Amino acid sequence: MEFSIYDFSSFTAWIDQSLRASMSPGLALAIEMLIIGVVILIFYAIVGLFLVYAERKVCALMQNRLGPNRVGPGGMFQTIADLVKLLFVELVPIKNADKILFSLAPYIVIIASFMAMGALPFAKGLHAIDLNIGVFYLMAVSSMGVVGVLLAGWASNNKYSLIGAMRSGAQIVSYELSVGMSLVTIVVLAGTMQLSEIVQAQQYGWFIFRGHIPAVIAFIIYIVASTAETNRGPFDLAEAESELTAGFHTEYSGIRFAFFFLAEYINMFIVAAIATTVFFGGWMPFNVYGWEGFNKVMNLIPPFIWFLGKTGALIFLIMWFKWTFPRLRIDQLLTLEWKYFLPINIVNVLIMALIVLLGWHW
Amino acid sequence: MEVKEKKVGLENEEYIINMGPQHPSTHGVLRLVVALKGEIVQRVEPHLGYIHRGIEKMCENLTYQQIIHLTDRMDYLSAHINNEAVCLTVEKALEIEVPERVKYIRTIMSELTRIQSHQLFWATFGMDLGGLTCFFYGLRDREKVLDIFEESCGGRMIVSYNTPGGLMNDIHPNFQNRVKEFLKYFRGVIHEYDDLLTGNVIFQERSKGMGVMTKEEAIAWGLTGPTGRASGFSCDIRKHYPYSAYDRVTFREILFDEGDVFHRYLARMEEMRESMNIIDQLIDNIPEGPYTAKMKPVIKLPEGEYFQSVETARGELGVYIVSDGNKNPFRVKFRSPNFVNLAPLNLMARGSKIADLVAIGGSLDLIIPDIDR
Repeated sequence: MEFSIYDFSSFTAWIDQSLRASMSPGLALAIEMLIIGVVILIFYAIVGLFLVYAERKVCALMQNRLGPNRVGPGGMFQTIADLVKLLFVELVPIKNADKILFSLAPYIVIIASFMAMGALPFAKGLHAIDLNIGVFYLMAVSSMGVVGVLLAGWASNNKYSLIGAMRSGAQIVSYELSVGMSLVTIVVLAGTMQLSEIVQAQQYGWFIFRGHIPAVIAFIIYIVASTAETNRGPFDLAEAESELTAGFHTEYSGIRFAFFFLAEYINMFIVAAIATTVFFGGWMPFNVYGWEGFNKVMNLIPPFIWFLGKTGALIFLIMWFKWTFPRLRIDQLLTLEWKYFLPINIVNVLIMALIVLLGWHW
Repeated sequence: MEVKEKKVGLENEEYIINMGPQHPSTHGVLRLVVALKGEIVQRVEPHLGYIHRGIEKMCENLTYQQIIHLTDRMDYLSAHINNEAVCLTVEKALEIEVPERVKYIRTIMSELTRIQSHQLFWATFGMDLGGLTCFFYGLRDREKVLDIFEESCGGRMIVSYNTPGGLMNDIHPNFQNRVKEFLKYFRGVIHEYDDLLTGNVIFQERSKGMGVMTKEEAIAWGLTGPTGRASGFSCDIRKHYPYSAYDRVTFREILFDEGDVFHRYLARMEEMRESMNIIDQLIDNIPEGPYTAKMKPVIKLPEGEYFQSVETARGELGVYIVSDGNKNPFRVKFRSPNFVNLAPLNLMARGSKIADLVAIGGSLDLIIPDIDR
């Protein structure tokens, strides 16, 4: 077996072959699924904990503070301490709440984010499932979260929660369109929906550079719309704490609240990861056609570092939005989507189609 | 077994929510009963009394020196100015002329109080609109004012620095330097306030044209302070009925015509700058002399009714004292600016969204203990 941090496909193939050699194909498949599930779950938890910590530090940076600095080196273990606390907090039963839906909602939210995680290409060959409709699949599963949010708001038997759910319903469904359309712009350019092929096509020039102005417009719209889709500031209307106390998760406590909280951060990671894959070349190093020496140096950096680095930069951008902008109002939010983003997006897709037809891109 | 009553929501039924008494955006224990239709506010009904401590009644059993300490607790962000109001009333009744030094120091302290109050307004208003970072920037600068208070008065927020006839004690020898240092510092950072919030497109979209009060309405409802002046109602007591050392300084009364949330905010921003100008004119000229006039240990006001109003950070605070010649007042009435400013909330917020209600409430800069007293 040859193992390389630049290409995981041989490593995964070796696992597959050795499993199949020793047991029946069905059992091998089941074990593979289990391994992938556990690996993704661990990764999920690490990303969640790290992002909560990162958010605190970024927010402290923006606000002239130090942030957590007591538990562990630089406050590293603060989030773990908080998580442990959340695990032991009582799950407060809510009077007249719809018990089944109430306890189901956090799971829907977290499953939606978990499913999206499986389709992301982290590095060459490091890919749980490479669907030929990858982009479509990601859009589909990431919009499932809204069901959980709506259920949470409805089942809580709380007026603030209901308003929060109502808002997030309108918001996420609207912004889903923009996210979809801006990804379609790139799908038109790439000519495929398979994420591995989209990444492969960006070897010499990421799509944001290759697609001229339409790709840049698509990226800007994507990053704004996906911030809105993940319910983060300045679009955090569903949980606007100065208006609705905590919006749809007002009544949640303990681990159920932790699920919503974690899902928010994972969703942020997922939208940043999709943007990385589609606009910034995924795990591809920054290569320029013809500059052999430069490309060699860039290729030395492992692909998953590239992927996480790009994703991290985008996450920082999204956090930056949250900590500097005041919140929008619901009608302004919908105006922005339906009157500006959607028409611009449609025209943008047409222009992109024209560019591809005439072969103007490089 | 208990049979559950099943309620069927009607199309035209109002959706009533209770904002408060514990709600992040009511800045204390104000309770707003809001009737909604979807997101749109149909009616707002403020319910008061959650922090009613009967300050006016308590004053009837206290001496005039003791009343000072209760007034701190009304509008705790204008603590010094509230003290001053009572002192001025008592001094007016006794016909005492306080030393020049006292007048200057009171004016400087009042303006510092105004600055820190507006800083906190900026901080919390930003937070009401969802800009959480504002809070930390506002409090960062406010600490510096509070440090100055602490040095001279002993207290940081509830200062109780005034006493009928003068001040509790003289200013700290370091006072002038500290104030000058602060002014220099704050002039350097106040542009950050504008960079972070005033110029922001989202902020302007959220605040412009919201909760408009015309000049006529402002006068009819008795709005004072920055809230009234944003509507064009020239109501600055410092300008029209100068007290302490305000007749010795030149300053601009900030007036706007629009009367919306944005201009109420802007009026406070400009007032901070004007306050700094006022302090500039006084800080180097504090005359030497005693820090208090000669007072009898027991103050008895001659029989009669006395009134004095001052300009707090939120508007006109009137102190009305009826004396029957005893060492305790017969009746004390405070005309608090917040109570009056809250009244037209329904008028302003009707027909707007919930988020606007929060913005409008924030722009009134309400201090709930001052409403209930």
